[in-house]
Amino acid sequence: MHFLVFIKQVPDAAQVRVDYETGTLIREGVPAIINPFDKHAIEAAVRLRDQFGGKVSVLCMGPPMAEEALKEAMSMGADDAYLLSDRIFAGSDTLATSYALWAAANHIIKKTGPVDIFFAGKQAIDGDTAQTGPGIATRFNVPLITYVIDIKKVDPEKGTVEVVRLVESGQEVIEAPMPCFLTVEEELNKLSYAPLPYLIRAAKTPVTVLNSKNTEIDPSFCGLKNSPTKVKKAFTPPKRERGEIIEGETLDEILNKLYEKIEPVLKEMGKV
Amino acid sequence: MIKQDISKYKHIWVFIEHDNKEIARVSFELLSKARELAKDLDCEVHAFTVGEKVEQFAEEVFKYGAKKFFIIEDPFLKDYITEPYRDSIVYMIEKYKPEIVLIGATTLGRDLAGTIATVLQTGLTADTTALDIDPKTKNLLMTRPTFGGNLMATIFCPDNRPQMSTSRPGVYKAIEEPVKGEIIREKFKFDKAKYTKKILEKIIEEGEKVNLGFYDIIVSGGFGMGSKENMKLVQELAEVLGGTWAASRKAVQAGWAPQTRQVGQTGQTVHPKIYIACGISGAIQHQAGMKSSEIIIAINKDPDAPIFEIATYGIVGDVLEVLPKMIQMFKEKLGKA
Repeated sequence: MHFLVFIKQVPDAAQVRVDYETGTLIREGVPAIINPFDKHAIEAAVRLRDQFGGKVSVLCMGPPMAEEALKEAMSMGADDAYLLSDRIFAGSDTLATSYALWAAANHIIKKTGPVDIFFAGKQAIDGDTAQTGPGIATRFNVPLITYVIDIKKVDPEKGTVEVVRLVESGQEVIEAPMPCFLTVEEELNKLSYAPLPYLIRAAKTPVTVLNSKNTEIDPSFCGLKNSPTKVKKAFTPPKRERGEIIEGETLDEILNKLYEKIEPVLKEMGKV
Repeated sequence: MIKQDISKYKHIWVFIEHDNKEIARVSFELLSKARELAKDLDCEVHAFTVGEKVEQFAEEVFKYGAKKFFIIEDPFLKDYITEPYRDSIVYMIEKYKPEIVLIGATTLGRDLAGTIATVLQTGLTADTTALDIDPKTKNLLMTRPTFGGNLMATIFCPDNRPQMSTSRPGVYKAIEEPVKGEIIREKFKFDKAKYTKKILEKIIEEGEKVNLGFYDIIVSGGFGMGSKENMKLVQELAEVLGGTWAASRKAVQAGWAPQTRQVGQTGQTVHPKIYIACGISGAIQHQAGMKSSEIIIAINKDPDAPIFEIATYGIVGDVLEVLPKMIQMFKEKLGKA
């Protein structure tokens, strides 16, 4: 079977700080990591490959430094790694990104054979849009299953998967034919430690670089100019000031003071 | 990019999210916000949805100011499944050409919006927290938090229509403004063989709604709670306040709460009116999921815990002593004793 995982290299959003003087993000010294949700997608694909045979391909769009993320994916057990990197992609929004990744995936499929299950994380922690995965699935015209927390069964003979996804009211057990597209939650699996053979292979195996020259990607759908959405402005939200520590002789006094402070809000909310 | 004649697009459409029984609150919030935007655009607010039984929602939708309610009813749409919902909705959008389409940023809304926008080849802005009309260009300005809430970005979609946005629940007030509306019934012919994905089972967690975004008060427990048993205090306080409960990543990893209730970078992002952090030290990863809450109340025995840096009100004390008293106090004050 062939599993194709879409991953993104992101700055560790938790470590990004704001410079309130200039209103910009301080990204210096912030490590670039594989988007945490995508790691669980890789893990799921590798486990299925170990169970059913076949291979795991990983595709990442980004600058040359994103090669690191692909090397890490191989150390987690992925077989083939592809970096989609070209200046024409700069400034792409989610529609243009899903186009480029779809076109690159088609190129991979043409070279190496059809895909049974596409994987992606449920969203990236930098943009938080959760739109690129669904966008790619739509372009492939394959069933989309988002927020997957469990892969119950893969039946290569019947050609179906049975997965559990999270919804507001609880969970849904979904059956879908392959090929299909899963976007996954962190609780799908626990990450394994990279075994030594994978680490060695990752070090030895080159990452294949794809760009507008060696694929059939149409530049008129790529980049800032061809993205329907544009950024008008970016700004830092007002800094949250350190509030007040409520003090008092007794806990009752403290709690009463707290209550007085939030009573107007509770009234407005209709709680009182 | 596909070039379009954008002058043909008019009116604001709001997606009515439902489970064939009840409308999701975010839909009323968006109808109310859409009325404000419609004034700036000199256009009308319309509601739309598809499902098995959706005409029943007409009165409620008109109560919130929708002049028209576009619907497709079909037994095939009994359960929400991405692809048939997408195809029938795309059919209506292509036929009536709204200028703006607003969808709640719920699990369902986010699943649906990305696929619709891709078929329509238009722009979509996810998870917005502010919507405005540019006075000059009349474009929709969509503002959203990014980088874990560290940066806000205002996005617009100048050359493609409809301009689409998913909007976070709980941002806008749902305000009634009844009008006499009109129901427009459409039909869509489903090629049923095409839709092969199916729901085998639905596991409903009674009273265990997992979308924390629906609640205006969230009481959240961290590692400082000490045990799964003690998390009951967090749950009890949430119940007394008519909110819901959540947990930090550490508490989830300790097995004291399901991952579905995790707040933070790898959990849910919430912005309730009141967030009560109990025994949560407030690592940056946790703050990324809750620091846009209006009021943050922190209870922690460590006066140097980072949570106090962003808390509106702090109580330095042992959660296991503070919470029982707090529960008792709120029971009395809110008349629930």
